[in-house]
Amino acid sequence: MRAYIPAYDLRVPGNLSEALAILGREPGVWQPFAGGTDLMVLLEAGKLSHRKFLSLTKLADFRGVEVTSGAVILGALTTYMEIQRHPGLQSEFPLLCTAARETGSIATQNRGTIGGNIVNASPAADSPPALLVYDAEVELVSERGVRWLPYHGFHTGYKKMQIAADELLRAIRLPRRAEPWKQYYRKVGTRKAQAISKVCFAGAAQMEDGIVRGIRIALGSVAPIVLRAVRAEASIRGKKITPELIAATKDILGHEIAPIDDIRSTARYRLRVAQNLLAEFLMQLAR
Amino acid sequence: MSETVEKIEIACLVNGEWRSARVYPLARLLDVIRGEMRLTGTKEGCGEGECGACALLMNGAIVNSCLVPAAEADGAEIHTIEGVASGDQLSAVQSAFLECGGAQCGICTPGMVIAAAALLARHPHPGDAEIREGLAGNLCRCTGYQKIFTSVVRACESGREKSPGNR
Repeated sequence: MRAYIPAYDLRVPGNLSEALAILGREPGVWQPFAGGTDLMVLLEAGKLSHRKFLSLTKLADFRGVEVTSGAVILGALTTYMEIQRHPGLQSEFPLLCTAARETGSIATQNRGTIGGNIVNASPAADSPPALLVYDAEVELVSERGVRWLPYHGFHTGYKKMQIAADELLRAIRLPRRAEPWKQYYRKVGTRKAQAISKVCFAGAAQMEDGIVRGIRIALGSVAPIVLRAVRAEASIRGKKITPELIAATKDILGHEIAPIDDIRSTARYRLRVAQNLLAEFLMQLAR
Repeated sequence: MSETVEKIEIACLVNGEWRSARVYPLARLLDVIRGEMRLTGTKEGCGEGECGACALLMNGAIVNSCLVPAAEADGAEIHTIEGVASGDQLSAVQSAFLECGGAQCGICTPGMVIAAAALLARHPHPGDAEIREGLAGNLCRCTGYQKIFTSVVRACESGREKSPGNR
């Protein structure tokens, strides 16, 4: 049932210091509100965890995409639409653009933000696998200062993150790579448009004379957090892709992920699809 | 009864006219438009951002108004279905929906027309895949979609569609 709207507050601070002061004064009381494409759905269902929300919409330094010689830095409020239309991201970080294009509808992509997708912390989110493959880092700000963390490890359990109650996620940094990597992204959902993933897979690899030199694999919807498959990666690194290696790595991945039955799919289906996506990715590398 | 917060004053440029309302900050823009501003052309379908019936243009971009809180719409430029026609002159999309049977029960139609107008504003000559992508966020339970698709193709052919924001 819809929440009783008059009981909910949404404050719209005009600048960062004002926002951080509100969070610092009552940590845990105010929940940051970005595009609202998840929180407003919870409002409709009467399942919001907070009564007070802090809109980030007027925080100018949370917006925009900055390209430097070493990295691309995305403001946390960069929308899915801004991501997929950014020429620099399209050429160097195509998995992120594909993830953005396959998340929700255009109306959702115009409101939903990359930072919101991260801190909403759904294990079924579509952009985090791409962020893990790109070795992203996240910037957290509070009245106490600024810190950067690797995104890998940021999620510590279901809906648990390394972010304090007085901190805001301000930016995401994607290091640029000089050498080209082969890249793969595939989302499997009930239908093509605006489905939530049953399984989502992102992979990137650097090949040299048929040998896998560098490899990164990440999956969504197969564990309590979006997962970097480090054991599967280790079994591939330094090797040539063969049918035997693919079979062995599928097995390792099967033990590394922990899919569940839920309203969208079953554990058995997710396991099979995750392994098949891995095989498809590896066969593309071998080509 | 729960403790209630104070209402806030917001103002939006709605179809070219400044409108203000006193609303709760987390009120849905959909309810502000329909209830406070009495523009009931925008419909509520699912209320959770899945169906697109409540779509409108906010600062030129299509959004589902059931997912936009009132406090964030303050100062925004809004275009609703009521602003798509110029007086008695229907837009190309609206005429095409009439000609091709793109509307049946009518609940999805305002959102479909807004989505089509947003698509054509960006791609005046979209391909089939672009039309399908442009309408993918809007659900219809009557038409089976084909007549809606045909309507958008017809609107492109007639070539006189303008974005409501450019009028």
